[in-house]
Amino acid sequence: MISIWLFIGISLLVNGALILGAGIKQILYPPANPTVVLFSLHANAWWGGFLFLLGLFYCIHFRPKRTH
Amino acid sequence: MMPLAAMFVETRLVHMSAIDIAIVAFYFILVLAIGFYLKGQANTGEDFFMAGREMTSWVAGLSFLSANLGALELMGWAGSAYQYGILATHWYWIGAIPAMLFLALVMMPFYYISKTHSVPGYLNLRFGEPSRILSAVCFAFMTVLMSGVNMFAMAKVMQIVLGWDLNFSIWISSLTVAIYVALGGLRSAIFNEVLQFFLIWAGALMIPVLGLYEAGGWTNLKAEIAHRFSTQYVHLWSGLGHFSSNPMGINWVGIVFGLGAVISMGYWTTDFLVVQRILAAKDLRSAEMAPIIGAGFKMLVPLIVILPGLLGLAVLPMHLTGEAQAAVTGGHSYNDVLPLMLARYCGPGLLGLGITALIAGFMSGMAGNVSAFTTVWTYDIYRPLINKRATDAHYVSMGRWTTVIGVLISVGTAYLVMQFASIMDYVQALFSFFIAPLFGTVILGMLWRRASNWGGFWGLLCGTISSVGMWTWVKLDPTALRYVALSPDAKGLAQDMYQALWSFLVCVIVTVVVSLMTKPKPAAELNGLVMGLTEVPHVENVAFYQKPIFWAGIVTAVFIALNIIFW
Repeated sequence: MISIWLFIGISLLVNGALILGAGIKQILYPPANPTVVLFSLHANAWWGGFLFLLGLFYCIHFRPKRTH
Repeated sequence: MMPLAAMFVETRLVHMSAIDIAIVAFYFILVLAIGFYLKGQANTGEDFFMAGREMTSWVAGLSFLSANLGALELMGWAGSAYQYGILATHWYWIGAIPAMLFLALVMMPFYYISKTHSVPGYLNLRFGEPSRILSAVCFAFMTVLMSGVNMFAMAKVMQIVLGWDLNFSIWISSLTVAIYVALGGLRSAIFNEVLQFFLIWAGALMIPVLGLYEAGGWTNLKAEIAHRFSTQYVHLWSGLGHFSSNPMGINWVGIVFGLGAVISMGYWTTDFLVVQRILAAKDLRSAEMAPIIGAGFKMLVPLIVILPGLLGLAVLPMHLTGEAQAAVTGGHSYNDVLPLMLARYCGPGLLGLGITALIAGFMSGMAGNVSAFTTVWTYDIYRPLINKRATDAHYVSMGRWTTVIGVLISVGTAYLVMQFASIMDYVQALFSFFIAPLFGTVILGMLWRRASNWGGFWGLLCGTISSVGMWTWVKLDPTALRYVALSPDAKGLAQDMYQALWSFLVCVIVTVVVSLMTKPKPAAELNGLVMGLTEVPHVENVAFYQKPIFWAGIVTAVFIALNIIFW
């Protein structure tokens, strides 16, 4: 049976990748009028990166093992 | 709980980008995938209704906490923090932690050893059929109505925050929940609740982090709130000496005895919606550890709920008001504070995750209601009253159909509420009528061997009726609140606390008196149900740091320290 933690890992990995991508895009092409305060901190880039790495760890650690 | 009818204004708070919509869409795909994957694991009654009783303490504990961590709770209590200040934290600390530890260390052995499927099931074993039927019917009725109210509230929030159509939100969420719970049963609901737990933290944690950065730290935040409002907004206990010396209009007696000793005990130890998650634990040690793990995380929840409300007091340029005033002025209400803070700090991607966290909270709350309703209907109403001798496969089939029917009743309730908004407040009040007396009945049943069958039944009934009576009295004559809450300065929340306290006392007194006048249950029939007549297996052969009592001590120490720090 697939572990619940693998589903958590997939969720964090995919969401982290999407948020990180959005953050990197904003760093490369900053909007003329940012809609959020503290835009200069680029929270979506580093928080997305953290979620991506955490999700990657969960996916690897809780991947289904082959049994013989 | 917040009055739901008053949660909404006709404005659209945030605009989602394509990446935000992709994150929301991925959540729906993932929860459905979990439901389809778990379909093959829900073939027996134990699998479908009790998740096979094989959950680890972590899964059961996080699910136990998540079942309560709905989006209405998040938005409502963030709004309360803006309205009342740090006092709202009491609902997360003294209003939860002692009850969770009490459940773990005192009550869980009896629930677990009796192998009951539900809280009404325990009442059947302890007090007989009439008590079981009374509690099961009340619970099933209220749960399915609450689910409908939550569904409508979610749709309304999505309309306000995102501009989504009400019908779209109601049907997309209800169909998703119906599919994944009907397919995978309680296990599917629990898996999605754990997923929701992670999404809520991932989606909401940026608000306090960035908010504290903007405010210049906790000390500056307190100073700014004191400057703009009052110093009482940042003190947990020092303003509770009298009803009029704090923004909430309540005193320490109401908080300690009404909230801490009755309401929270009733909710966290006898509401089957949350207790069902613990009953799915794989062994007694896991069942005891699960509420302790839940308590540990519960203490942290104010970080993502209360702190955003306090930050709103300090950094938002506009002044939030009550619903009625906001509707007249076209401004924002207290309950908008969390979406406003989300929009303030969260750019593309983070906004989608925050919105997903809210949707996940709504849906898992609905799934929790539906899965608990399904179990109580099938095991505590259908089986004893309608079809006693069916096969296990028949009851599983009944469970799947009840899930779908329960969701449809919830949808019907949601549309009813759409027509008559005041129903929402009535439904929430319904829930509060029952929970405090139920705690009185269950705790006397577990701790007092002399409590008789009729004592339990009449105590529960009279406690509930007294609660309804007090609520009706204040509804018809608002000045009666001074008698219920013992002060002319008392406000609405004080009524909830004192109403619970009195109905609990009525339940206990009636149970004791009737029990002493009627025949007690033979001791042999109380084995496994009552303290003193039950041999509770001790946790042996594990290191001290793996024992529930050790972690309960740690949680207690942190709980006391937090209350002193924020005194």
